[in-house]
Order: sequence, then structure tokens, then C-alpha cells
Amino acid sequence: MMKDEGGKMVNLTIEGRAVSVPEGTTILEAAKTAGVLVPHYCYHPGLPVAGVCRMCLVEVEKAPKLAPSCATTVGEGQVVHVYSEKALEARKGVLELLLINHPLDCPLCDPAGECELQDYTFQEGRADSRYHEPKRFNPVEDFGGDVLYVTNRCILCTRCVRFMEDVHEDAVLCVSERGDRATIGKAPDADLTQPWAANVIDLCPVGALVSKDFLNKARAWELDRTASVCTGCSQGCNNVLETRDNVVVRMKPRSNEDVNHFYLCDAGRLDYRWMNRPDRAEVPKIRLHDVLSPVDWDIAIQEVGGRMKGKRAYVVASPRLSNEALFLLKRIVKQTGGEGVFRCATGPEAPLPGVKDLSLRADRAPNVRGAELLGFKRNDADPLAGLKDGDVLVLADESLGGLDLSAAKKASAIIVIGTTLVDGITPAVVLPIANVAEEEGTFTNLRGRVQRFLQAKTAPGLARPSWYALADLATALGVPSDDMHLPSTIFTALAKSEPAFTGLSYDTIGLRGGLVAGATAGAH
Amino acid sequence: MGYPHKSHPRETPVLSKHFGDPEARTLDGWKARGGYKALAQALHMEPTAIVDIVKASGLRGRGGAGFPTGLKWSFMKIGDGKEHYLCCNADESEPGTFKDREIMRWTPHALIEGCAVGAYAIGAETAYIYIRGEFTEPINVMEKALAEARAAGIIGKNAMGSGKNIDIWVHKGAGAYICGEETALMNSLEGKRGNPRIKPPFPAVSGLFGKPTTINNVETLAAVPHILNNGAEWYKAMSLSSPKSSGSKLFSVCGNVAKPGNYEVVMGFSFKEFLYDLCGGPLPGRKFKALIPGGSSVPTITIEEAEAIKMDYEGFVEQGTMLGSGGVIIFDDAQSMPRQLARIARFYAHESCAQCTQCREGTAWMTKILERIVAGQGTYEDLDTIFELSESMTGKTICVLSDSCGAPVVSGINKFRGEFEALIKGRRSSTVAVGAR
Repeated sequence: MMKDEGGKMVNLTIEGRAVSVPEGTTILEAAKTAGVLVPHYCYHPGLPVAGVCRMCLVEVEKAPKLAPSCATTVGEGQVVHVYSEKALEARKGVLELLLINHPLDCPLCDPAGECELQDYTFQEGRADSRYHEPKRFNPVEDFGGDVLYVTNRCILCTRCVRFMEDVHEDAVLCVSERGDRATIGKAPDADLTQPWAANVIDLCPVGALVSKDFLNKARAWELDRTASVCTGCSQGCNNVLETRDNVVVRMKPRSNEDVNHFYLCDAGRLDYRWMNRPDRAEVPKIRLHDVLSPVDWDIAIQEVGGRMKGKRAYVVASPRLSNEALFLLKRIVKQTGGEGVFRCATGPEAPLPGVKDLSLRADRAPNVRGAELLGFKRNDADPLAGLKDGDVLVLADESLGGLDLSAAKKASAIIVIGTTLVDGITPAVVLPIANVAEEEGTFTNLRGRVQRFLQAKTAPGLARPSWYALADLATALGVPSDDMHLPSTIFTALAKSEPAFTGLSYDTIGLRGGLVAGATAGAH
Repeated sequence: MGYPHKSHPRETPVLSKHFGDPEARTLDGWKARGGYKALAQALHMEPTAIVDIVKASGLRGRGGAGFPTGLKWSFMKIGDGKEHYLCCNADESEPGTFKDREIMRWTPHALIEGCAVGAYAIGAETAYIYIRGEFTEPINVMEKALAEARAAGIIGKNAMGSGKNIDIWVHKGAGAYICGEETALMNSLEGKRGNPRIKPPFPAVSGLFGKPTTINNVETLAAVPHILNNGAEWYKAMSLSSPKSSGSKLFSVCGNVAKPGNYEVVMGFSFKEFLYDLCGGPLPGRKFKALIPGGSSVPTITIEEAEAIKMDYEGFVEQGTMLGSGGVIIFDDAQSMPRQLARIARFYAHESCAQCTQCREGTAWMTKILERIVAGQGTYEDLDTIFELSESMTGKTICVLSDSCGAPVVSGINKFRGEFEALIKGRRSSTVAVGAR
């Protein structure tokens, strides 16, 4: 809507502020550019306009009636009042009406604290209600998938209906019945198990559609929120990791028009429990007399250095590692004349039909493209195929699960750089690293977009960020990397030496991402 | 009063001339009564010439809003390369209104002819007659008449040998009041839930199936052939209120009245004479008390106000109400206004499409308050709440159903406040904690 830069611009005044927006922009969107958020419920920038909640009514001078700002396009010279007495009175009326049948069960309602009905009522609503009749009651309904429909809290904004119909293109939700008997209805034999269905929970402005996974787990105000990137597949959807007491309790989408718009698939959003797993490698260990003994980081690094002297490093890296970690691993591979390989789990694609180029991708790791750009060879079936007698096998966040491990016997030593120990492998050295929620870094998605993720929680024990451990290791192997103990400096070095990343830096990619050479943003 | 019955001498039967005459239902009978002459003539005219005649006649929409028909038709740009549609709104669901039903029951060909002329005048080859689902008999009559007209080549390809195509189809509604709202009607016709659409875009720009569409009421379209046959001047001259309101209008009268039924009078007729002479006045021993003169959606008036009314669009407005659809609902002195208004509010609460917050919640809330007052559990504050609630519900929603709920109730309280206060004063102690604040 705002992208149409070649079109005609319209000038108007909103709350005394002059704005100029492309023709066809709605007053609500234009107000955003003036720094005014018109309260609204049914409007959502990713959905067709419904204009039904009537919350976004604003006063336009010379217009006979208040205008629904979500459905009214701007006109040249318009003077719009969002907070005029008339507009405030109308919205106060809407809020009172939305609340007459709304159970005031905020103390046990999950979205309390992030509920738009609470927010706007606090902002503009009446302090009391004049409603003295019994409240409407309807039972809670299980919508299937991760979705629970708490009918009594529903304000019938129809965002969920429109999402399923127009974005997911599987119209299983509808408004059923009329008048104040209306509720959201679900097609009798359909459950909300579609791959992207749980987005209706985020779209719901109140507590009507709630996540079963998050039910009663935490209050919104107890959560710490961190911008991150989903590691579920190579799409690289932007997300928010929400933690409570250093535990990830929920993953929500973070909007990025170039990647995932407003959405996150169900598989991605529910795949966070591994970030909290307790059986972690917490202390560096080296093998002494066939027993893994805890040691200092310095000793462990020295031990690796000793084991690698004169040997080829055969690195099996995970495509879940950051560009920064993979870059340092690449330097180690190069220094020792070794080889770097990776494998990636795959699964069926699940596109979101209403959004161009958004899908749960077949490659179920976030940094496949990054690994490839940094020279790692992909071998899904047998990543150990190239291992030669006497090589030092470096398993970087790779557990070799499901593989025949007999090939690993060729290695003169095995170094595990990971978040956990590896079943069936007796390593010479274990270097414990942080997982994605515990460190900072970047991933390169399948379209070549380099995106930052930030640290959401602390790593257990002595585990260190992967790039920190690898910088020390590279230094010990004679690749001077002492100046590389910050992800931003590692990335700067990466951008300098890797042509694909030329011109990128943490500053330029920000939290929306930047494209590697040759990639085009044209997909959207 | 059911048909056949003789018109009152003071009536001006134009549309209702053949009501009660079974022969007028048949194609041959209709032709013998001068039918399809106007269509034959129209099909050889320029569409714009027809629009000009209708404009000159001063015909205004008979469905409730009173928008000038010729002007509405002129919004349809002939030759814009798009398909045009004509919708005939026969979803007559406004409480107290039953004029279109009789037009369809007795003179189906009058409507077919009107639709065909209208469709041709706006450049449409397809017209849909959207009939209220409960109208089983009118639907059957219309279907039969359409089959006859189609078989006789009056409609269909090469209508009346003119080389023009005009097809007309009947669509049966499923019993929702809101589908009489023009954009909800279009949604319903398209097979969607009958929810009103946001305007703009207006139907003349993007209507049925996204194409330019005109929607007219049954009575409006049925009047068009008469205008073509007799001329715009004739239509204007018949009215006592020319030029603002022209022609004749069917009024449906129901409630506490001696002779309920449909009456056709010219615009500008005296409402007092209409009520006491044509409709026979009140029932024996009773007195008229109040009226809702234009279908239940318009403001309530007292009989004193009603007696001063000149029956045209402006005349009703002058007395604080509206002509609306012409459905006159009469209450006599034996009626409890709070009870009647609660019943009306309940209708709107039941029929709200549930889109807009004010309407979905407001109509139901208003009903609950009114029913509580009727049950003797009301308070004075309730009356204030109703006024403020009505304010919240008026002019803020997609369509006017919400406004329509507030209009008769608020005006009714204003005019018959004593009846409400009597119920409140006699308030019985409650068994439940009503109003526990």
C-alpha cells in the first residue's frame, strides 16, 4: 500500500500534522506516518479490510459522518481529527459495547497485558459500565491444532476468518449466527491443523483465540522479548523469543515484509523446547585415561591445538550454526588443509498460499545458504564420506544422528563443539557452546537475506558462544583471530574476505536483514 | 383487507388497479390490460431517453430512501464495456410493509415489464428479482409469469424481436431482514453471507459480482411502465406535492385499525383523511394513539402529529418521521408503547448481521433494557442509557439497521415517556439482583 512510490501523493492534515502519502492510502495508515495510531480491532495490514469493529472512527472535517479510518482513503486537503470529542465519544461507545458481554476474566486470560481491548479501554474507555443485564455465555471450543476458542471473549473482528479465507486460502472459519448470538464457527469436519493456522492466535486482538501450548504458562508482563530468527527451516522467518526466568516459553512472529510478513508457521512456532533442554554440555572436557574430565577452557583449546598439529581438520558443521561460526570454521579448515561438509534434515514444503514466497521450506535449518556460500559441501546421506585416515574429525553442533558411525573410526581424534555430548562417539575434546537462543549472530536464508538474531537467555555453565570458542580455537591453530571475540567484528572480517557478503555489516543489515551479492529482493 | 376488494373511491389505483383480478396474472390477461406496450416502445428508444423520462417524472425510490430513480439510473455509464446488472429488491421484510408482495402476487407481469425496461435503460442484459424467502406464493406467481414471458419471447434473447437481450431471474432469499439492504442483497445473490458492504464503492461503480449495478424496489420498477405509457407529466400532475414527490404510492396499513390493508393514494394526500376515511379509523371504542408510518425503522409519532401530515417524502419529515417504505403501523390507546417498542427492538436485535459492534451489541442491549422495563424492573437511568446508547448506535455503522433500532425507540420514549415512567414507578422489588452495581 505504501510501496506505490511512483503514484500521486496526497497531502492532508492529521491531528495537526501535515502528511503526504500515496493516493489510495487509508487514513489509518496515513495516521501511522504522522505518528498517530488510530485504535482499531478488525483492521490488520495483512488482511482485507472489513471495517466492522467501528473502533477506528475518526472525524474528517466537512464529512457528514465519522469515517472508519481503515476503510476510508485519504483525500487532498483533508483535515482529520483522531482525538476530537466526537471521535472519542464514538470510540468510547464501541468500547463499552465490546465489553458488555466480555467476561472480565483478565486475571486468568492469557493475553491479558498484551490485549488490545485492555489497552484501548484503559486509553479511551469508560471507567464503569452501565450494563446491568446478565452476560452472554458460550462454552469454550477446541478448534483443533494449537487453537482454543474462548467464545465469550470474542469481539467478532473476523481477523481469524479473513486470515483462513484470504491468506491461508482454506476457509474453515466463518461467522455463524446473527446479532449478539454470533460466534466464530468452524467447518464441522475441519480442525485448525493447517500448517500456518496458529497465526490466528497472534491475529486475535483479544483473548478469544489462545494457544494451547502457552495456556496458563506465563503472564505477558513477565516475559522478556528478544528479536530472533526461526531456525525451523531455510525461510528465516523473523520471530520474537519470549523468555521467562531464562526459559523460552513462546515464539511469536516478528513482522518483516521481505520475509514472513506477519506470520510464523505452526511447526516453527512450536519448536522451541529444545532451547531449554537441561542435558547440556556445560563444561569443556578432555579425555584423560579414557575418561572425559572437566578442564579449563584454555586447557581444552590447547588440547585441540595439540591434537590437530599437522593433521587435516575434517569439519562436519551444522547448518544451524551462524555465519560467524561457520566463517571461523572455514578459516580452521583452510589453515589445516582440511574439508568442511554439512548435512541438512529435510521435510515436506508447506507454503502459505496468500503470501508470495513464504513457505515452510524443505531444508529444515536456517543457514543452509550461509554454509554453502562459505564453502561447505552438502552431503545429506553421508557427511563422513570424505573423512580420511588420520584426519581430526570436528563435529560442530552436529550429532551425526541416524548415521553409521563406523566411518568415524578413521579419525585420529574427534573434537565435539556442541551444545550436548554426541551419542556413540568418544571425543578427545568437548567444547560446550551456546545454542541459538543464547548467543548472537546471523543466518543467511534461502533467498540470500542475512539476518541477525539476538541473545534471549544465558547459556548454562561454562558454555561459550560458538564464535567465541571458535575464535580462540582458530588462534590456537595459528590463524590470528584474537580480534574476533564479538560477532560484529567477526562479521566485518567475513564481509571483507567473502565476496558474497561484501558491503554488509551489522549496522547495515539491522533487524530486517541485508542481501548477499546476487540475491534480489524482488521476490516480494 | 384481502383481495379482491373494491378500491376506496378516494384511492388512485395505478399499481393496484388489477389487484384481486386473477386474469391479470396471466400473460394474455396482462396484455389485454395494456401490458408490455411500454416495453415494446422502450426497446426501440435510446436508453438515455428512457432515463430522461423517468427523471422528468420525478419518480423516487419506493423502498424507503426515496432517492430519485432517474438520477440513480443515470449513474450507470452505458457503453463502458462492463456488464451491468439490475437487481429488483423484493426482499420486503420491513415490519408493517406488504405492498410489494401484492404487486408480485397480482401483477407479476407489471414487475417483469418494469424490470425489463429498467434493465434496458441502464444497459443491463440481466436482471435479478431477489424475493424474500418467506414469500412462497409471490415466488411461485413470479416464476410462472417469467416462464410465460420467456416462452413468448418477451424476455430472453432478442426480447420482443428488438434484437436486445434481457434476461430476468428470480432469486429466493433465505429469510434475513438484512438482505433487503442493497449491498447485503448483492452479497446474498453472490452466494455469500448477507452482510452489508462498506460504501464506497457504491453499487453503480462496483455492485453485483463487482460490476456496475442498480438496485430498485418492486414498486419503483412497477411504476416505470405506467410512466412510459402516460408520460412524465401525467405522473407528476397526479401528485398533490409535485414536483418534489410525484405519482401515487402504496401504503400498507396494519395494527389497531378498522380496515388494515394496502391503499394506493397520490403523493400529498391528507394522512388524517387516509387514516379515518380510507382505513376506517380506529376499532370501535378505541382511539388512535401512535403511529410508525414508514415501516418499523422510522421514528414513532403521536396521532396528533400524524393528523397534520401531508403524505409525501417531505411531509413525513416535517413531522419528525419518514415516509420510508409506506408501512403504516398503528397503535391505539389499548396498547402499551414500551411493550410495542421492546418488540420492535427485539426484531432488530434478532436481525442484526453481527458485523458492526454498535449494532450487534447495541440492539441486543437496548432490547434487554426495554424488556426489563416492561417487566417492571426498569429505572430512570435506563431511559438515559437508552438515549446515549442510541446515540452510539446512530450514524456510525456500515448500514442503517442500527440507526433503525434506535429511531422508533427513542422517539417513542420522548413521546410516551409517561408510559415508561409509570412502569418504572410501579417497579416491583426484584427477586434477582437486577441492577446490582
